[in-house]
This record gives sequence, structure tokens and C-alpha cells, in this order.
Amino acid sequence: MSIEAIINIALFVFLGLTAFAILKLRALFAVVMLSAVFSLVSAALLVHLDAVDVAFTEAAVGAGISTVLMLATLALTSRHEKAPTRSQALPLIVVFLTGFALVYGTLDMPRFGDPQAPIQVHVAPKYIADTQSEIGIPNIVTAVLASYRGFDTLGEVTVIFTAGIGVLLLLAAFIREPEGLRVQTMDHHLVLRVVTKVLIGPILLFALYVQFHADYGPGGGFQAGIIFASAFIIYALVFGLENARKAVPGRAVRLLVACGVLLYGGVGFVSFLFGKNYLNYSVLGADQVAGQHLGILLVEFGVGLTVAAVMVSTFYAFAGQNPPIGDEDW
Amino acid sequence: MSALVTDAVSWALLASGSLLVVVGALGLIRMPDFYTRMHAAGITDTLGADLILLGLMVQAGFSLVTVKLLLIAAFLFFTSPTSTHAIANAALTAGLKPRVAERSSAGKGSAAPEGGEP
Repeated sequence: MSIEAIINIALFVFLGLTAFAILKLRALFAVVMLSAVFSLVSAALLVHLDAVDVAFTEAAVGAGISTVLMLATLALTSRHEKAPTRSQALPLIVVFLTGFALVYGTLDMPRFGDPQAPIQVHVAPKYIADTQSEIGIPNIVTAVLASYRGFDTLGEVTVIFTAGIGVLLLLAAFIREPEGLRVQTMDHHLVLRVVTKVLIGPILLFALYVQFHADYGPGGGFQAGIIFASAFIIYALVFGLENARKAVPGRAVRLLVACGVLLYGGVGFVSFLFGKNYLNYSVLGADQVAGQHLGILLVEFGVGLTVAAVMVSTFYAFAGQNPPIGDEDW
Repeated sequence: MSALVTDAVSWALLASGSLLVVVGALGLIRMPDFYTRMHAAGITDTLGADLILLGLMVQAGFSLVTVKLLLIAAFLFFTSPTSTHAIANAALTAGLKPRVAERSSAGKGSAAPEGGEP
């Protein structure tokens, strides 16, 4: 057995065990942590499949930000799952039927890694052959994501935008804007404060690197937006929500949520005005490649803006629900 | 010759790093209460991960990969002890008492207090 297969099997066993533990545990705090582990193992699997961009996103979103948001949710609800009151027979049957249908569906799929599979022979060869001449950037994933498949990515950003608006609408009635900006200090958390201060700068710098280096390596707006948001969230966690709101007001963040999508759609509209198809960036620069470069840069920036703003405003909405944690309560 | 030296050094670093991580995992299972478990995992993980990264750096030589690994190592060097500190601190303020050995051997064999859920 090759070492690749052994790694794959080990990771899948981890994945299965984690999923089973998530099912069985009733302590929701542990479940949230295990779901982060699940995401991290998935990310490792994706790295093993050489899908570093996807792995990056999975690690940032699944293991990072959603864990924080779920913990924020737990703080508002209960730490323990209630025992089910109704019979679980029907859900079990539904799950088994769905699983059976899914497994049955995979029988029609081409073998894993089959060179004749539709995914290998449909548009992928064209992307691989033409990216260098048409787009001129080394990372084909970014070229596909932001240019060839720009419509799909616009859809994804709109989904995030809509989800953010939905969360804000649900929680908006309870958002408490700061009254008088009470400054909260956590003096005895000296270690946390110092390390956070040291780390926030590099985290923001790394987010910028991920954002603007996407043409050359794994990264892009989605991952960078998450990393950007995590820097603000860690600040809010350690220095208090009031201080974070002073640095980045909730109103400004909510404005940025819309700005990102607007920038993405606007870039498409500009190419519209030049008489080309929507989201055809070729007209933006002196020649095709320069235009594509500029278009991808702007579009990725729009993605990063919306993702970061949605994450920060969602965190604000959640964290603003309960009274700030007092010094004595820690 | 130099390749042999590089390999030997990096293997030594990787092996000692892995050993530390395994020791940490063992301590996490075997230690009696929350704080000693934190102690086992927190200390060995920092050095273990950094040793493994150092071993990888030796393999990578003078390249951009080494710089990136160096940054990751620095990040872990700061965050790993900090998170251990934060967790232990949170547990203590949440009221979880460290398990202290009794003078007599009364505490021996009694049910170990569950770590985790404060």
C-alpha cells in the first residue's frame, strides 16, 4: 500500500470518528470544538488532494470563523443538547434512504482519477492551456474563480451578502449600539492582551498577502476576508466589544458589506459599458492581460471586503446580544 | 556528504519533535486532572511543533519555504503557550480546582475529577 493511501485512510478514519463523536455527544461546547477538528481534517484531506485553495478556505471558514460564531451562539443559548422527546425512527429512516440514494448515485460516477471523466475532458483542458495567454497569471485556480467563472463567484458573494443581511435582520432588533462607549479593561489578562497586540499586525498583513497574492499562490478574497475579520474579532474578544466598535463602528461595517458586492457587480458593469459581455475584464486595461489582471484584483478585493464585513458584523450582532463579560466573571 | 549531514540533522529534529508530540498526547490521556493535562499537552506541543518545523527548514535549505516555515514557527511559538495560558486561566476563574495530592494516600484510587466542563 502506498504512503498516499495510508494517509488518506488515516484521515478518513479521523473524519469518521469525529463525525460519530459529534453525533453522540450532548455537551455542545465539545461538539463545536469537534466540528472545528472535523473541518481541519477535511482541510488536510483537501491538501492531500492538491486542492490547496479549497483547503485554505475550509481551514479559515470551517475551523476558524464558524467555530467562533458557534461559540457566540452557545453563549446565547444552552451548553447542553436536550434529549429528544419524540421517536427517532422516522429521522433514521430518512437518513438511511438519503444515504442509500447518494451511494446509489455514486455508482454512475466515473472512477476516481479517471482521465476520461467529464471533469477532465470538458473545460479543464482549455483553462489549463489558455490561462497563460488569456489571463496571464500563474495560479489557474484564481483565473478560473475570478475570470472564467466570474459569474459563479458573483453568485457566491451574493449568497454571503444575503446570508449576512439575513442574520442582521434576525438579530437587528436586539443589537445594542454602545451607550457612552464604556471602556472595558481586562487588566489581569496581561498575557492575552500583549500577545494579541503583537499578533494583530502580522495577521492583518497576512490577510493582505493572501488577498493580493492570489494571482501567484493559493489564496483570494474569501480566505483573506476571513483572516481580516478574525483579526478584528480577536481584538473584540480580548479588548472588549466596546473598544472594537470604537475602532470599527458597526455602521461602517454594515456599509462595507454592501460595498464589496457593489464593487464586484460594478466591475462587471464597466465592461458592459465598454460594449463587452458582463464581467469580461479584457477592456479594463491597455491589452487583454492587463485588463484581466486589474479585473481579477478588483473583483477579489470586492469578495474580501464583503466576506470580512459580513463576518465582523455577524460577530457584532451575536456578541452585542449579551451584556459584556465583566472582569469578575472571567 | 553534506546531503547526508542535512538528512541526519533534519531526521534528528523531526524524530525528537514527533517524540515530544507523542509524549504530549500520552500525557493528555494519562494525567489525572485538567491542569496536569494542560501542562502535558501545552508544553510539549510548542517545542514539538517547533522542532518538527525546524527539521523541515533544514530540509528546505535557504529558500522562500524556509522563510514561511520560520514565520509559522514564530506564530506557534507565541500562540501555543498563550492559548494554554488562556484555557488554564479560564478554567481557574470558572472555579475548577486543581487536584492537589493528599498528605495521606487517601486520594489514591478515588474517582478522578473530570477535567473539561467547568
